Amino acid sequence: MQRAEIETIAYLARLDLTEAEIPVYQASLARILELAGELNRADVAGVAPMAHPLPGLAQRLRADEVTERDAHERYQLNAPRVEAGLYLVPKVIE
Amino acid sequence: MGSDWETVIGLEIHAQLATRSKIFSGSPTAYGAPPNTQANLVDLGYPGVLPVLNAEAVRMAIKFGLAIGARIATHSVFARKNYFYPDLPKGYQISQYELPIVAHGALEILLDDGARKRVGITRAHLEEDAGKSLHEGLARWTGIDLNRAGTPLLEIVSEPDLRSAREAIAYMKKVHTLVRYLEICDGNMQEGSFRCDANVSVRRRGATQLGTRAEIKNVNSFRFVERAIQYEVARQIELIESGGKVVQETRLYDPDRGETRSMRTKEEANDYRYFPDPDLLPLAVPRSLIEEVGRSLPELPDQKAERLASQYGLTEYDASVLTASRELASYYEEVVRETRGDPKLAANWVMGELAAALNRDGLDIGRSRLPPAGLARLLARIADATISGKIAKEVFEAMWASGRDADAIIAERGLTQITDTSAIERVIEEVLAKNPGQLAEYRSGKDKLFGFFVGQVMKATQGKANPGQVNELLRRKLSS
Repeated sequence: MQRAEIETIAYLARLDLTEAEIPVYQASLARILELAGELNRADVAGVAPMAHPLPGLAQRLRADEVTERDAHERYQLNAPRVEAGLYLVPKVIE
Repeated sequence: MGSDWETVIGLEIHAQLATRSKIFSGSPTAYGAPPNTQANLVDLGYPGVLPVLNAEAVRMAIKFGLAIGARIATHSVFARKNYFYPDLPKGYQISQYELPIVAHGALEILLDDGARKRVGITRAHLEEDAGKSLHEGLARWTGIDLNRAGTPLLEIVSEPDLRSAREAIAYMKKVHTLVRYLEICDGNMQEGSFRCDANVSVRRRGATQLGTRAEIKNVNSFRFVERAIQYEVARQIELIESGGKVVQETRLYDPDRGETRSMRTKEEANDYRYFPDPDLLPLAVPRSLIEEVGRSLPELPDQKAERLASQYGLTEYDASVLTASRELASYYEEVVRETRGDPKLAANWVMGELAAALNRDGLDIGRSRLPPAGLARLLARIADATISGKIAKEVFEAMWASGRDADAIIAERGLTQITDTSAIERVIEEVLAKNPGQLAEYRSGKDKLFGFFVGQVMKATQGKANPGQVNELLRRKLSS
């Protein structure tokens, strides 16, 4: 694992790594990749990609019906900040 | 600028599916509810909840796929698209990636020169919408409303087959018409039910490689899409011609300034790390369902336009205008049925006076002040020569304003056309007597004055004289 890769992954995961943590992640992620790399050595010719570990099962569907009622006041009890029914977060600038 | 360059455009259209409940939960999808009153635990991404797919959303996607002649996947997969944004509570959007439900379709568009062009549709996949961020009036904060989170979307991705802003708009309108015919989306652009991202690039004419593209995000009207593309094309050409390079980026259209602006820097290139969502099993669509949905398809816009053209002898263009919506087409057909008259006359009135009046009052055809039968009765009075086409416009306006019947207005205002030959002849004689100078000029060869006399006769009769008869009688009189 290159240092730059660690930085990119940390950015995508919004992790603010300290200088001391970078080599730790570098080493442990490398070990994880090595383990996953064993899969690359398996012969998968003719094996259909699997999207789910439960074979032969398909997604169950629900009827298009409204079954939920408004409970936003309850859901918002543990929100750090609420105003006029809105969840407030630090200003997002586009 | 111009002919040295070729524009290449692909559109990603997001159509909100008109289901009652959300794609993965039983929350309502109605527009305009107070903030967060339609977001439950699944929509909010609470731990331990599981998404359950809405059968109607699947049906609607199949409907669209069949209408564009696409392949419907009997096996498709939902994937997580990972990114962080406050209006996306789970930190990922459930979408489809490698195996979308709809692939390899196409639509035909009518170009300005009357030619037809096939536009490929790479794929259409199901996904959930995000919430909304509100930035105004909250000083240091951004407000998050998650009512929209989890609303079903069909993302319709075109091939880069479009070569101008005009073509892009024609295609976008075609999709807009189609989803409304299919009743899978209300098409309301102001409410964001139908949105569009445009991928725009330019290349030297004759080049085979695509140029670097910019993605213009979320433009919410046909006019803005056209302007945004025009601006972007000019910007890219100017940039390259002055020695610069187009960078792949996301740009935002600013309608007030009429320009696009860079939104995300290239270093932050999207890296969504898609993977199959373990919360959802693969979606199996049985053949029997595809066949059942196929049988439920309505007459599609192209089929309707073709039928109108051949059944009523309309031009291809008129037929395409009249089939822009199902409501407009059925209004037109009802007018024709009621008058049992001239379908071309009916087409002209529906596309002319009626469309103008609707436009003026900001109404759609469903809320026309004039029902089809009312317009039919007016057209019948033109057909039986009770009134002229010109007077009919006056009657139309009065009907539109008052909601009264054509015959009542014609009778009340004494607008019945003068078809009595002797009455018209009398007026002609008066006009000629009043204008001896012009008469002498006409007789000495100034043929153009014929129109002057017609005008004077029409004026003297307040437009009520039958124009055909006036022409004929005047000609006879002047040549005698």
